[in-house]
Amino acid sequence: MAATEATVSADAQRREPNHGLRIFLIWLPVALAADLLIWFVWGPHLPPGDMSSSASSQQFDIRVMAVMAAPVMAFVLVYAGYALVVWRHREGDDEDGPPIHGNTRVSATWIGVTSVLVLSLAVFGTVELVGPAGAGAGEGNTPIWRPSGGTPLQVQVIGQQWRWTYRYPQFGGFETTSLVLPVGENVQFNVTSLDVIHSFWAYQLGVKADANPGINNVAYTKPEHTGQVEVRCAELCGLWHADMTTAGQVVSDSAFSAWASAAKIQLAALTRNLPPYSLTYDPNSIAQLGKAFQQAGLSGAGGQYYGSQYPVQP
Amino acid sequence: MLIRARLENFRAGARWWLVSLPARVATLTVAFLAVVGAVIFVVAHYLLGGPPTVDFTAASSGQVNVTMQSDASSNPAVVPDHPTWVSYFIKSPATGAWVHTTLFQVPAHTRINVTILGYDGSTPVRNQVWGRVSGTIGGIAHYGKIPVRTVNGWNGPFLIQHTFAIPSLNLNVPVEAGPGTCATGPCTNNAHSTTTFSFVTPAQPGAYRWQCFVPCGLSFLYGNGGPMQTIGYMTGNMQVVS
Repeated sequence: MAATEATVSADAQRREPNHGLRIFLIWLPVALAADLLIWFVWGPHLPPGDMSSSASSQQFDIRVMAVMAAPVMAFVLVYAGYALVVWRHREGDDEDGPPIHGNTRVSATWIGVTSVLVLSLAVFGTVELVGPAGAGAGEGNTPIWRPSGGTPLQVQVIGQQWRWTYRYPQFGGFETTSLVLPVGENVQFNVTSLDVIHSFWAYQLGVKADANPGINNVAYTKPEHTGQVEVRCAELCGLWHADMTTAGQVVSDSAFSAWASAAKIQLAALTRNLPPYSLTYDPNSIAQLGKAFQQAGLSGAGGQYYGSQYPVQP
Repeated sequence: MLIRARLENFRAGARWWLVSLPARVATLTVAFLAVVGAVIFVVAHYLLGGPPTVDFTAASSGQVNVTMQSDASSNPAVVPDHPTWVSYFIKSPATGAWVHTTLFQVPAHTRINVTILGYDGSTPVRNQVWGRVSGTIGGIAHYGKIPVRTVNGWNGPFLIQHTFAIPSLNLNVPVEAGPGTCATGPCTNNAHSTTTFSFVTPAQPGAYRWQCFVPCGLSFLYGNGGPMQTIGYMTGNMQVVS
């Protein structure tokens, strides 16, 4: 009796197709097609586009990660589909499946492949963060990665509930509600806030940096194409957070020079009223503001915007 | 088979406590209506619970005159919720009464002549950029009869109490500080400043947010809480209709 069962089982194993090979042969063209579609068709349209050095590097990163992730996803789907079709329960088949106690080769393969994928992505991510000078992210007050070349254009980004303003210290320190940048020039954003935490997100430029009161947060980019830039706040900052948007522009070098020169003259009266250019604007350290508070009977900034006789409510 | 048999036995034995079909239908209907009612209540409360909108679209002279006032605090009988908060009021063109709201409706592509009566004292602007008049006809505002383009909100000669700004139109007007502080808004005495300016509404209908950029929420962190964050006090919407 036992000999008969062993013979049947051996026959069944001989009839069993090579499932691994079949899954691989299905997976290979699917993964290849997915990768080709991602790289050549979808890739050029992935966010945030290629308007700046940081945006194009982010787009490249997303393409690489998508190309690496797609075969893994394809394998999961192909395997699941194959299992559903081939290994589904059939009427009258009450036989137990073969006992499996692990497979060293399969385990070693998946551990090896996933380790290589994850470690290579970690190295790739680090290189991609260092290469394009922080990849458009805020690097804090003392940036580690700076763009090569000369002094970048300095643009101070000031967040205030609920509007962004921009100060250009290399053009007399004028302040405006318009963000205008020249194409082909490195830009250093010095991002700060006058009240709560905001986040400066210049979407098409691939720049996102938190705006904290009393802190200068530096981010770099290099616009590579002219066009419109949407600036949003990416940190919930109060009632009109969703409406804290402005439209910026990347223009030619000559157009930028003309605009900056005109703005410097047009805003001269306002610039005279501004406090000296500073990386942050603590109300307690702006002498004119403190004096104005005293004149208004508000007793200076006093550690908060208003004096200590006005205790802060939640 | 054993499990199926036990389940049948359980159902047979437990049938006595099963709720009848009409009772179940009634329960489900009541529960459904309760949920629908709650949703309607929340939506209605959200839509109808805010301050009223003052309508300026009835005027057909080609121009609209909007009169507002800003007060340091308000009469508790008029503003029971937060009488100590600084607040704007809008004068109804239909009744001439002051309405405690910051919502108003104007026609598209129309000249709006705004008069703001300032019943509040000086509060320094946090950012002097809001001391510059922008987005108005001619790029100017008037303090009384004196045209102003850029105001130093810290040193004068004119001081600022609030601003009227519509960011999406790049409109910003610093409102002159009043000679005194009226604490029982809406006020009607003559001790006030008068700031006037005009602008043209956009052709595109929609809600245009306006706000004060002076952090005048006294006793709130950075002066930006309370009235600065509440529609009906220092911020609101200009509804433009075609």
